[in-house]
Amino acid sequence: MALSLMEGNEAIVRGAIFAGCRFFAGYPITPATTIFNAMLKLLPPLGGVCLQGEDEIASIGCCLGASMAGLKAMTATSGPGISLYSENISFAIGSEIPVVIVDVQRLGPSTGSATRGADGDINFLRWGNSGGLPAVVLAPVDVKDCFLLTIQAFNLAEELRCPVFIASNKEIGMTRESIDIDVIKKPEIIERAAPPPHEPFLPFSVPSGGQVPHFLPIGDKRLVRQTSSTHGADGYITTDPDEISKTLKRLKTKLLSTVDRYSFHEAHFKENADTLLLTYGVTARAALDVFKKQNKSGKPISLLILKTLWPVPENLIREKAAQAKRVVVVEMNLGQYVREIERILPEKKIDFCGQMDGRLITPSRISEVVDHA
Amino acid sequence: MPSLLNTSRPPVFCPGCAHDRILHALDKTFQNMGLAGHQTVIVSDIGCSGLFDTFFHTHALHGLHGRALTYATGLKMARPELQVIVTMGDGGLGIGGAHLLAACRRNLDITLLILNNFNFGMTGGQFSATTPAEAQVGSDFLNRMEKPLDICRVTSSAGAAYVARSSAYQKDLAQKIESAFRFDGFAVLDIWGVCPGRYTKRNRLTPQTIDKSLAKLPPADGPVDANTRKEYGRHYRELAADCKQAAPLLKIEAIFDPPDSVRQEVILLGNAGQRIITAGEILCLAGLTAGLRVTQKNEYNITVMRGHSISEIILSPHEIGYTGIERPTVILALSQEGVDRRVRIFNRLDSDTMIIKGRGIDLPSCNAEIHQVDFKKQGVKAVNRALAALAVLAKLNKIIHIEMLQAALETKFKGKILAAALNLVREVEIDL
Ligand code: SF4
Repeated sequence: MALSLMEGNEAIVRGAIFAGCRFFAGYPITPATTIFNAMLKLLPPLGGVCLQGEDEIASIGCCLGASMAGLKAMTATSGPGISLYSENISFAIGSEIPVVIVDVQRLGPSTGSATRGADGDINFLRWGNSGGLPAVVLAPVDVKDCFLLTIQAFNLAEELRCPVFIASNKEIGMTRESIDIDVIKKPEIIERAAPPPHEPFLPFSVPSGGQVPHFLPIGDKRLVRQTSSTHGADGYITTDPDEISKTLKRLKTKLLSTVDRYSFHEAHFKENADTLLLTYGVTARAALDVFKKQNKSGKPISLLILKTLWPVPENLIREKAAQAKRVVVVEMNLGQYVREIERILPEKKIDFCGQMDGRLITPSRISEVVDHA
Repeated sequence: MPSLLNTSRPPVFCPGCAHDRILHALDKTFQNMGLAGHQTVIVSDIGCSGLFDTFFHTHALHGLHGRALTYATGLKMARPELQVIVTMGDGGLGIGGAHLLAACRRNLDITLLILNNFNFGMTGGQFSATTPAEAQVGSDFLNRMEKPLDICRVTSSAGAAYVARSSAYQKDLAQKIESAFRFDGFAVLDIWGVCPGRYTKRNRLTPQTIDKSLAKLPPADGPVDANTRKEYGRHYRELAADCKQAAPLLKIEAIFDPPDSVRQEVILLGNAGQRIITAGEILCLAGLTAGLRVTQKNEYNITVMRGHSISEIILSPHEIGYTGIERPTVILALSQEGVDRRVRIFNRLDSDTMIIKGRGIDLPSCNAEIHQVDFKKQGVKAVNRALAALAVLAKLNKIIHIEMLQAALETKFKGKILAAALNLVREVEIDL
């Protein structure tokens, strides 16, 4: 057995490169800067491009341009940068531009604390775009997830033509951990689907039976139009309500109807357990300790760790919570995702354990809430 | 070459709009240069000039207000062979000011056509970054206090290698656009025109007055000698070609047995400049040589070389869950600032915890087993104290042993640095 020592941010970079990422643009911000550093070391020797944008808006803008030119592109920032990305996130959603966006979350609000962790952007990532259409958000627990989920993020971005977020956290991104990358089972790499050759190309026309338009890069022999304006299949502005409504509904359903396929999670199920502990991100590590301890001490609980947060994997959550009378939701914020759980499981007792002070939630804190039935 | 105008989508500008002239001049440039639509992309910004892409049969990207240059940058870096044209009004220029300056400094081969008509046409004639203070605009008196910006002066002082001014009514506009196209680098063309829909309703501006105003300005007609340099994309690829392949990922084989096979938690309490984080990493690497799982979590100030520096390491024969430390096996107390930062942990400690502390550091009272090292007397400099503390740990056969530490140092360092580190490890002594 041979192990490497790697922080979560580097694992994201290695996952991205494995997935075929060849363009990165970012603006330095703690705790995401080491993603930029690692990209700068690894991408140019591979013939890829790594840029430092003049600000966050430029960084994601460059990524959208490069993605439209056919490259797999990624950018990385933290909460304050996500705020600046917002307008371009809406663009990527509405105009179906594949891009992977890493948010190494730090304690907010605002500039907050650069070197303290949090999961305070979880709802912001979902709702922080004008128009309110869904995006995909994946949440790693550890260094291995950083690698693996980044590959999945690229696959989803390419297949579904949408922005995919990695909701990391300072406590994962900047924590070093032992890992054996070679033994990780990697998914097959997915590329954007090209239209059949020699046919006229409409940039937003959807193949029959599908939900996602074919992609041609700007620079192809056939002309490509891209626009942030409300557009029809031809990529020109449209004011036809039927066409608009059809497109916008499709942008929603192409994600909501497929989430069952990519509801990444880890479930630990115990017979006779009334309580289901539900969490995500770095907090899942403490929750796993609690799960083990409780079951050793004869007070069994079940545990569900969500790694796909948005779209909400509703079917998965319902299935895994079926046996439970009570669900304890643990989050490194003052209560965000718990609202989704309350919405999906109205018949269950939902307890919340949250903390937002820059520190990890300890196993003993979670145990207290679990025991306090 | 045929015209690239999109005959099924004729221009929709107000009658007499200067944009219409620029549109036809641009098409003439395409024809004169023999450019085909698929060799060209128009990246349009916001406002009336933001419609430009729809009137041509070229590749097109229309995005958010002020950001056209950012998309163009990504496109051009990804596809250097494309002719990339950005159309932008004086509105987009203002809102995307940072991108304009960056594009000038970068010198990527993009042509920026600024359709400068001194106001925001589409939103109702509000003042822009180029509106004269005496103009009557849709923002009431607000433009009167602001000085309009001279695009050519700003862009040339920002480093643009090609800067030219023109009137939309010049006969040779197509040639002017062509020379901007042909320039190998970032080329800015500031094209003045009228906006009859908004601006000239209340202000007198004609092709003649534009000519007069232009004549009064310092000339700007092409390459800026002081800014002449390599095109960014080519330069980037040259420099990137010289970048060394990154070293392969370091993998460490498990070749030792650890002194103990239980979970161990170590806290290094020190200062910036004591190489606390590096020592933490070495401890982790030492753990890997014995096949242990490890995590390292660091805490330090964002300022460099000053303030506390703390590293928390867990080593375990099993997968590690929670990465925080509540009851450490070992604390290495190397600076007062570091200790003060974590005072709260000490009163929880019992005799299961071992503390190795530098002489002169005050610890809160606690029940831990304490070993003291007089680093100063042994001539160990501040930068080496964290490593020296690891050596003490290894000599006590606690968590790591000396071979693990030596093997870790051998993976991390080479040559003289390695020799010095190994020497330090050999010589450091535990005070009794
Ligand atoms: S508002 Fe002004 S810039 Fe816009 S089309 Fe009319 S004249 Fe041209």
